[in-house]
Amino acid sequence: MTTTRRRWRIPGGRVRLGWLGLAPFAAYLAVFFVLPSVLVLFSAFRRVDPDTGVHSFTLQNWSDSLHGAYLKGLENSIQLAAVTAVISAVLGLVLAYAISTSRRPFFKQLVSTSSAVLANFGGLPLAFLFVAVLGSAGVLTSTVQSLFGLSLQDDLHFSLFSIRGVELVYLYFLIPLMVLVITPALEGIRPQWREAAENLGATGWQYWRWVAAPVLLPNVLGSTVLLFCGSLSAFATASALTNGTLAIVPLQIDTAVSGNVLVGQENLAAALALNMIVIVVPLTLIYQLLQKRTTTWLR
Amino acid sequence: MVAVTSVAAGSANPPEVVTSRASRRRLRPWRGLILAVAALYFVGPVLAAFWFSIHNSHTGIDFHAYTGFFSAQGFGTAFRMSLLLGLATVLITLILMVPTMLLVHLRYPRARAWVETFSLLPLVIPPVALVVGVRDIISFTGEDRFLGTPVATVMNFLQGNQPWLLSLLYVVMALPFTYRALDAGLRGSSVTTLVEAARNLGASWPVVVWRVVLPTLRTSVLNAGLLAFALVLGEYTMAKILNFSPFPVWLARFGDTDGQLQVGLSLLSLALTWVLLLTIAGVAGRAPGTARFPFRRRTS
Repeated sequence: MTTTRRRWRIPGGRVRLGWLGLAPFAAYLAVFFVLPSVLVLFSAFRRVDPDTGVHSFTLQNWSDSLHGAYLKGLENSIQLAAVTAVISAVLGLVLAYAISTSRRPFFKQLVSTSSAVLANFGGLPLAFLFVAVLGSAGVLTSTVQSLFGLSLQDDLHFSLFSIRGVELVYLYFLIPLMVLVITPALEGIRPQWREAAENLGATGWQYWRWVAAPVLLPNVLGSTVLLFCGSLSAFATASALTNGTLAIVPLQIDTAVSGNVLVGQENLAAALALNMIVIVVPLTLIYQLLQKRTTTWLR
Repeated sequence: MVAVTSVAAGSANPPEVVTSRASRRRLRPWRGLILAVAALYFVGPVLAAFWFSIHNSHTGIDFHAYTGFFSAQGFGTAFRMSLLLGLATVLITLILMVPTMLLVHLRYPRARAWVETFSLLPLVIPPVALVVGVRDIISFTGEDRFLGTPVATVMNFLQGNQPWLLSLLYVVMALPFTYRALDAGLRGSSVTTLVEAARNLGASWPVVVWRVVLPTLRTSVLNAGLLAFALVLGEYTMAKILNFSPFPVWLARFGDTDGQLQVGLSLLSLALTWVLLLTIAGVAGRAPGTARFPFRRRTS
């Protein structure tokens, strides 16, 4: 080791050049992550005068992004994310518990891999999967039509391309995500705790109410926050499903930048993106905090 | 985007949930019901979609969705683009991250917290927001004042027929996955000892990396590579908003012409990702010192 150390030093100097080995990593992230992020913040507050071409600072984009159709989009987004996060947190927790009590490693492996596929890499294919099932010519749609003479659209008031439909599809990747993130916590519960509680005369309900729930609660809340963020920032599924017409923030960003390039639309998109970041960043911090609380008990 | 999973939790498996015999008996019917409903919800749409892709009320059953896609217009170009982007992403990731993490692991443990934080940060900014900043960079470097300068040449190259720019961005998007895969490998191996031994025997650094580090870490390097590759094959958001047409974007656009083909290819791409991830799980299961179930978020 000593021979190596010497090679990293300037002869006679005390400066170690080994730190420079971290420079490529730092530079790469600076250019391809920090710079774009900062530019979003910057251009959210910029405007170009359409006549003179002069750039200046303004709060107009930000104010626009919180009014009219964009305010509605933000409300829709938050509502969509909240509804899907809560439903998938509850269902995912129940499912994860049912799976974690299994004793077959192969089954668990299968569930964990399949959940990872759906939760992380599903996005776009899932949209088409559901079009095939519940779209206007979908398998279930035509089955219901021929069996019961009911139209999903007209009689049951369900459309895959509305916000309800998008919620349904989001559950398909959010529930597996919940299973993925909550399983380690469930497996961290010691059987000894249950035995101790039962020896002290606790009923099943009492064990869950006073022992398991308090230990799991921070993790469940944290996971719900994580699902909320995942649902809020999802783009591919909603974009492919509704062809970009649903009024939610990610799709509005896409429309703003890739439609006919009107002056100032890029800045408006930056303001919309900034709104998302402003919501997601604090929530992620909360998630981290809740995770830390949990790890005190579950390791 | 927040959906990260950790590859190989590193430490030993936590104890499984074992319930007492009485409660196990009480639990059983409920468990069966829950698993059955879940299976119906998750497998049902896949089967229905498969039926949709092979059945047509006019022509009956045919498998053109699974046999005809090679000749579908634009498929070759788009898929080739995705494959090349995937390979480039994997290559850049490994060239960037293996030396960095090795250096942190061997020499600068104090820098580890920083590298970890920055590697996981891309989870925080949604891709759909980050890409707006990327568009700013593109439009800024496209201004007249850069005409004829190296900046314009580089940017043109990155946005040419093969949009390498996407690879550069995908490296960042995949970083949380690849960092965890490599980190788990480094923690679970005796790479420090091996590197010192090799250095004492007079091996140069390139030889150490090529003949000692990479073989030792082959499992986690493979994991990192496969995860990055899987991510690129399915990535839609950035490619769409930056107006490039790799496979996922082509799949979304082509849908208007042939719905069955679109659904068939969707199923195939899900299956491909599934096989890639099963490979990771299989490899991780056999390697010593790694967890059996690698797709977990690390809680500690």
